[in-house]
Order: sequence, then C-alpha cells, then structure tokens
Amino acid sequence: MLRASGLSCERDRRQLFSALDVSLDAGQLVQVTGRNGSGKTTLLKVLSGLYTEFEGEVAWSIDRPPLYLGHSPGVNPRLTVTENLNWLCHLQDTDPAAGDLDDVLSVLGMAGYQDTLCHNLSEGQRKRVNLARFLLCENACWIMDEPFSSIDTAGLRYLEDRMQGHLEQGGGIILTSHQRPMFAVDIQQVALSS
Amino acid sequence: MLKWFHRLGSPKTFFELSAKWHPWLLALSMLSLTSGIIWALLFVPPDYQQGNSVRIMYIHVPAAILAQSGYMMMAGAAAVFLIWRMKLADMAVAAIAPLGAAMTFLALVTGAIWGKPTWGTWWVWDARLTSTLVLFFLYVGMIALRSALDRQATAGRACAILALVGVVNLPIIKYSVEWWFTLHQPASFSLTEKPAMPAEMWMPLLFMVIAYYLFFVTALLSRLRNEILNRERDTEWVRKWVAAQ
Amino acid sequence: MNFYLRTLRRDLRIHLRGLSEVINPLVFFVVVISLFPLGLGPSPQQLSEVAPGVIWVAALLATLMAMDLMFRDDFSDGSLEQVVVSGQPLLVFVFAKVTAHWLISGLPLVLLVPAVGLVMFVDGDRLQAMVVTLLLVSPTLSLLGAIGAALTVSLARGGLLVSILVLPLYVPVLVLATAMVQAAGSEADTAGYLYWLLAALLASITLAPLAIAAGLRLAVDR
Repeated sequence: MLRASGLSCERDRRQLFSALDVSLDAGQLVQVTGRNGSGKTTLLKVLSGLYTEFEGEVAWSIDRPPLYLGHSPGVNPRLTVTENLNWLCHLQDTDPAAGDLDDVLSVLGMAGYQDTLCHNLSEGQRKRVNLARFLLCENACWIMDEPFSSIDTAGLRYLEDRMQGHLEQGGGIILTSHQRPMFAVDIQQVALSS
Repeated sequence: MLKWFHRLGSPKTFFELSAKWHPWLLALSMLSLTSGIIWALLFVPPDYQQGNSVRIMYIHVPAAILAQSGYMMMAGAAAVFLIWRMKLADMAVAAIAPLGAAMTFLALVTGAIWGKPTWGTWWVWDARLTSTLVLFFLYVGMIALRSALDRQATAGRACAILALVGVVNLPIIKYSVEWWFTLHQPASFSLTEKPAMPAEMWMPLLFMVIAYYLFFVTALLSRLRNEILNRERDTEWVRKWVAAQ
Repeated sequence: MNFYLRTLRRDLRIHLRGLSEVINPLVFFVVVISLFPLGLGPSPQQLSEVAPGVIWVAALLATLMAMDLMFRDDFSDGSLEQVVVSGQPLLVFVFAKVTAHWLISGLPLVLLVPAVGLVMFVDGDRLQAMVVTLLLVSPTLSLLGAIGAALTVSLARGGLLVSILVLPLYVPVLVLATAMVQAAGSEADTAGYLYWLLAALLASITLAPLAIAAGLRLAVDR
C-alpha cells in the first residue's frame, strides 16, 4: 500500500528523523512511537501529504487517499453532527445513508446526537464524530494521530473492535499511540528517537 | 549553464564566491556614486525651466528606477525559489525587500523635495509619485508578511507567492494610476513627461543609474551573506568560518 | 460541480448561523460613510462630489473586514486539513468559499448602496453606475482579498495585515470604478469602463484562485 523511503525531516533546527523507511501492507498496522516532540505527528503529516518540507519519497499504491485523523477533529461547531459527517464523507466521495449514520453513531456512543450542534459537544465527542467517518467510508488506509486519547473505555473497546475488523478486511492503519495496540496481529513499530 | 546555476545556488558556494566579488563591487559602487554626485551637482548645467533644483533628479530618478527593478528582481528570485526550491533564492527575496523599500522611500522623499521648488508644495499626486507610493506599500506588505510569519517554515513560500502576485499586479497598478492621472489633470506638467534631454543631462543620469545598480547589488550581497550566516549557523562550514574570524 | 455546491451550501449554513459576524462589516460600511459628513460638513454639494470615492473606499474596507470569515474557522477546526488530504480539487473548494463570501459580503453591500447613496446625495445616473460597478467589482474584491486571507490564515491576528497586503491590489479597480461613476454623472459613455471592469473580473477569476489555493496548502503545511 505504502512505500516510503529515505525520509528525512528537519524542524526548528532539529533533525526529527533521517533516512527513515516506512512500509505498509494490507492487513498491517504501523505504530509510530517516540517521546512527545519526537516528530510522530510530523511523520504522519508527511505520509498523508500535508507536510512537504522533507527529503525522501512517499509512494502510495491505493486508489483512494488515506483517511486522516489529526489533532483537530475537522468538525465545524456551527453545524450539526449529521451535517458535519455528511460533508466529511462527501470529501471521500461517499454519501452515507441516514440509517448507516445512525448505526455508526450509536456504536460510538453518540446515539441521539444527530442534530446536536457540534458547538455543544466535548472535545472527545467531536473526535468521535471524525472517527465515525472511518466506519462509513471505504478508504483502505487509516492514518490516525493519537486515536485513543479523549475516548472513554466503552468507546475504546468499540474503536479497537472496528480497527481490528478493518485490518481483517485487508485495510491498513498507521497510528501513533503510547500503548501497544493489542488487537492487531501484524504490527510494525517505527520508533522515533529524539 | 544550468549546472553553474545550481552550483551557485548552494549557500556555501555563493558565500565563498561573493567574498571575492564584494570588495571590488564596494569600491566600484562608492567610486561611481561619489563621482556621479559630483558630476550632477557641479558639472551639469542648470535646467532652463527648473534651474538648479533639477539636480535632485539625479538622486530621484535612479532611486525610482531601482525601486521598480528591485521588485522585479525580488519576483524573479521568488519564482526561482518556488520552482527550484533553491534556499538562496528565498534569502534573496528576504534581502531585497528592505533594500527596495529604502530605494522607494528615497524616491518618494527626493520626489517631494524636487516638488517643493517646482510646485510650491511638498507633495503632488501625479502619476509617477502616486505609483511609487503604491510600490512602497507593496514592499512594506512583503516585509510585514515575512515578519508576521517569522517563526514558520512556510514564510519563504508565502512571501514568494505574494511577490509573484505583486509583480503581476504592478504593471496593472502603474497603468491604472497613469490613466487616473490623465483623467483628473489632463493638461498639467508632469515630472515624468519631459522634453528630450540633451546629452550633457542624460549622460550623468545614466551614470547615476549604473552607480545605483552597483550600490544595490553590493548592499544585496552584504545582506545575503549575512542571511546565509544566520540561517546556516548550525552547519560545519559556518562554524569554521566564524572561528577563523 | 457537486463538491462545489455542497461546499457552498455548507458555508452558507455556517455563515447564516452566525449572522452577527456577517452583519458587522455591513454596519461598519454604513458607519464609516456616516462619519464623512461629520468630518467634512453637511453641504449636499460637497458630499455629492466626494460620494463615489468615499462609498467605494468604505466598500473596500468593509470587504476586508469580512475576510476573516473566509478561511479562519476551517483552518482552526481542522476542516482545511481534511480538504487537502482528501485529494478533492482545492480550486473548486476555493471557488465555493469565495462565492459564499461574496453572497454574504459583496452582494449585501451592493444592496446597501442605494441607501448610502441617498445620504450622500448621489443621484440617478451616478447611483446606477455605483450599483453596477460594485456589482461587477465585488467578486474581484472577494477574490483578491482571499489571496491575502489565505496567506495569513495561520496567523492569530492577521486581520490588519490582510488589509495592508490587499489594498494596493485594489487600486486599479478603485480607479476604474470611480472614474466610471464620474463619467456616468457627466453623461459620458460608460461602455468602455464596463468592458475594463469585466476584464478585471475575468482576470481575477482565472488567476487569483491559483494563489489562494497555494496559500491554503501552505497553511496546513506545518
């Protein structure tokens, strides 16, 4: 799915990583580890095409761009959950049916929030709105920056469940997390030293 | 040719090469400026219309020309930076902006000084001065953007985009200001619409223009060298160079 | 086309749900114009003479006041990132945002012109010319302003900087538009001006989005 080679990146006069190779195959999970500030987020941004000040090559061979979850949930506070989700999915050329949307929201513990303005949601809830589209869209690769933070235990279990399902269906996941994802079978760890 | 271009683009190479050119350029520019000014002040005959106050033209006109050229150079460097990602080009954009702004300011002030004995006022909204003022605002905008984005890695590219947007608009702005002026003051004498100058007047002008160019390039080289030392301060060669001073 | 419409609809929804933000620049427009009689004196003749320039400059400033509305929210809540990663055409996104901005900023200004024209004693032909020119030029104002907005979106307090960057770019259309209004007032032919204003509009529609999209990509590149 992804072959990235020779990645070097410098930021604020610090060399974050150099000559780094990252590869992702179907059914694989890549976990990027490292201390805070070691460049984990930057690496994810390099791989997802947001950050361009790097040396090396990033070659994707999937037909749809990866789904990206960053630090900001991409949710506009003045729109309702449904409106936000519909637009975010539209960005991925997906138009979810109302029923699917309801199902996914209840799985994530957000049942009944369909018409709530995101202004009234907590940070964790907004994150879950973003996560909902991972379950609604059919993109093969998921790039997630700290997906488990701001999620409560119940939501955590569902999320891990779905991530496992995604891997079993041949998808790939690249994430940063402080804990080792126990649900995945084929894990590759990329450690960034600071 | 292209290889030489790329080699020159390396800050280290440029720094070493410019170290050789700089003293010569400095000497040449100081020499030509001084002799040009003496020529303009003492040896040029006074104008039949404006008398001795025409001598300020020899300071004003080259400054105005350099102000415009400077923007073109800045835009050229910006294009090089965006296309070839040459760091030196970004440094050039950063170095030219204050120099160009200073030239523009000089043109404005000398234009005002020229206006006083000719018009009786310190300012006149004619085509040339007005478009020079707008050019000054464009330069100030460049400096403001760079200083506002100072911390960000994308400051260079943002300024480069702004420079290109500015250079595309510059002729349009100039043309529209000139047209605006003819609309509002069709029959008045303009500082720029002059009758053909005799050789003893345009030769020193040409000389001064060349002298200004030399000065501009010299100052640019100095600023570039400073910028290189600043940005590359963590590299081996800079540390060695500083230690050797 | 669908992406354009969906983004446009989304943007309009967002703006209409925060109506006070939309109305502020319009109030600014009226207030600024009202200051001129207080500064210059109430003589209808004098006010009528300076009216086109005053109203036009106020319109430029009001448009710039509204520039923050364009990209700032999308940038800060992460939507802009999502658009860039999704691979959807950024130019289409830009067009949709500018259209939405024009609908809530430029168009209302045009609708306000007859009212402010009244208090500045601008009559029939000139008033008509004012409306027409502002209608033609306001999209250009939104487009050029968007360039400044895109380049400064990552700054916390970029508002004033946008004005400094964009006002010089407004000079040509300001000159053209006010000249046309004067010409209309003296019964001269205004067709030539209209063609030029149209040309300015087409040029900005073609070129500005490139700079805007480039600026947006830069903003998320961090």
